[in-house]
Amino acid sequence: MTPVEPHARTLSGLKAGESAVVERVDADDVLARRLLEIGFYPGAAVEMLAVMWPADDPVAVRVGGATFALRRQEADRVKVK
Amino acid sequence: MSTVELRIALVGLPNCGKTALFNRMTGSRQKVANYPGVTVERKEGYHQSASGRRYRLLDLPGIYSLTPTTLDEAITRDVALGRLASEPRPETIVLVADATHLPLSMRLALEVKKLGLPMIVVLNMTDLARKRGYSIDREKLSKELGVPVVETVAIARGGADALIRHLDTLPATEVPATSPKGEWQEPSSIDVQQTHEEAARILAAASYLEPGRSEFFAALDRALLHPLFGLLVLATLLFFVFQAVFSWAAVPMDLIDAGVASLADWVRGGMPDGPLRSLLADGIIAGVGSVIIFLPQIIILFAFILALEDSGYLPRAAYLLDRVMGSVGLSGRAFIPLLSSFACAIPGIMATRTIPSIRDRMATIMVAPLMTCSARLPVYALLIAAFIPDRAVGGFNLQGIVLFALYFAGVAGALLVAWALKKFRGGGDTHLLMLELPDYQWPRLGNLAFGLWERARIFLGRAGGIILALMVVLWFLSTYPAPPAGATGAAIEYSFAGQLGQALSVVLAPIGFNWQISIALIPGLAAREVAVGALGTVYALAGDEEVVSTALSTVIASQWSLATGLALLAWYVFAPQCLATLAVVKRETNSWRYPLIMTAYLFGLAYLAAFVTYRVAVLFGAG
Repeated sequence: MTPVEPHARTLSGLKAGESAVVERVDADDVLARRLLEIGFYPGAAVEMLAVMWPADDPVAVRVGGATFALRRQEADRVKVK
Repeated sequence: MSTVELRIALVGLPNCGKTALFNRMTGSRQKVANYPGVTVERKEGYHQSASGRRYRLLDLPGIYSLTPTTLDEAITRDVALGRLASEPRPETIVLVADATHLPLSMRLALEVKKLGLPMIVVLNMTDLARKRGYSIDREKLSKELGVPVVETVAIARGGADALIRHLDTLPATEVPATSPKGEWQEPSSIDVQQTHEEAARILAAASYLEPGRSEFFAALDRALLHPLFGLLVLATLLFFVFQAVFSWAAVPMDLIDAGVASLADWVRGGMPDGPLRSLLADGIIAGVGSVIIFLPQIIILFAFILALEDSGYLPRAAYLLDRVMGSVGLSGRAFIPLLSSFACAIPGIMATRTIPSIRDRMATIMVAPLMTCSARLPVYALLIAAFIPDRAVGGFNLQGIVLFALYFAGVAGALLVAWALKKFRGGGDTHLLMLELPDYQWPRLGNLAFGLWERARIFLGRAGGIILALMVVLWFLSTYPAPPAGATGAAIEYSFAGQLGQALSVVLAPIGFNWQISIALIPGLAAREVAVGALGTVYALAGDEEVVSTALSTVIASQWSLATGLALLAWYVFAPQCLATLAVVKRETNSWRYPLIMTAYLFGLAYLAAFVTYRVAVLFGAG
């Protein structure tokens, strides 16, 4: 097992205008649950619409025809490829 | 009246147009209350179809799933499951889906279907979706989902006809009242994923063409969500709103002012001198008149708030400000309750119900009264008109600038208090934002007019109800007992109110308040704007017969020092002069603790701010 997963980028790592596909949502708690429910399920296409200054927090993401504002720590949970 | 009545619950995502559909079907036959024991709004309405059938509709809070994260969402689940003792289980669920983005709605439909109740899926906003290239095979969708599917345009007249026609075909007798198929189980993460995939499969099978995003709105979002440009637009917008509140309202306010003055003159001229004439002219007309004069400003402020709400911009503002709010321990979600508090803290505090974390919610409630509500506007407007010269500074109206500064002081105070609360309680809590930014929409005039009419009605209702009553009481207290024979001062100085005001002014003199202000603050506890009416009454009774015909602002400008005027402005930024707000805090937090802490800290801040303002102003020679 390698500790480094080369494909596992987080949603929060996307730049404004970049698109990706959801790989998974980390952990199984209320937060992960809600992320899953609002459309961040494996295979879903996402597009980063906007990233706020100064700490890249929060971000605005397009998913499943809807737009959501997420805090960085929320977007960190979503792994994309 | 037909005896057959079908109980229908409207379920759907937030912003799916569910409430518009509810309003379309029920019109004015609505009852709004709370679910017993919890502070979740219960909206019920009736629809009588052309065929004579009667439907009872329940507008349930918007949900993304049946696994709740807030109190509102829990209510939707519990009603749908028939778990609430006070609420009979609905007989049919109408699942409202926003046709402009179906995937999440279809997933929710699959989840709700498992509840085992008869369900109808309604594709709403199909007009808008079609314009953007949406198409779907409705028959196929219905077959795949296994439930009827109809189309509606909730915002258009007759837009709900297809749904009503379908409801009319439902048999009244065969509807099971309570029959959950076995025990319902909360869906697991695996279930959620499966319903997503199933929804995608069904939409593909129904040849669903996703509507494209309007190029214009996509570009608008790039601009409005831009870190620098977006914040600039937000600041400009807010500044413009406050400028407009002052400059646009000037003409209608002058008209109302002149109307009130001539009405008072007419009453004076047409009646013999006596207590009744004094009650009418000095108590009622002067008091209520000085409050209703602010109707134009309140209408303008609400027009902006409602238009921004309708357009979908408000959650974007929450996004832009989340970082700032997060740094003082509030969630970006607190933005919408706090913005509503600019109109009135009561709906603002009630809107905090959508904040999942209890701590975030309490912090938001505690600072909500610091947002400058519309009831402060009459007070600010009066004092600004009296003490701030009406001239341009750098191209802007100076009075508008001062008003903006007062709003800003409230916001800064709120951030400071929130920050202090965070320090006091210790941090470490994680906050959720996860806020949907709905598609932009042009605000609809009908909706706007309806909202403004509601606001005006509430404001005038208060002016005619509680304010009128308080004015009569205040007139009585200010008129009796009559001055002793040979008294030299104004009659009011010998009255109950005069004595009370003089007693209070011992405490309030250090912050520059005279006894007239001290009196006005007492009825002003009921509602802030009452203080303006109270000042009107107090000065009208203070002897000078011409006072009522002269604008109150002219009178106080000549009788108060600038320092006193500024100190009273500072006082009103903080003072909890609104019993209704405190009552709502008591109800929403279900304890005396929060309203008591709130009262103490707000009065403390008000006294401090007024004291500092007064002393500094005196130091600069404004005493």
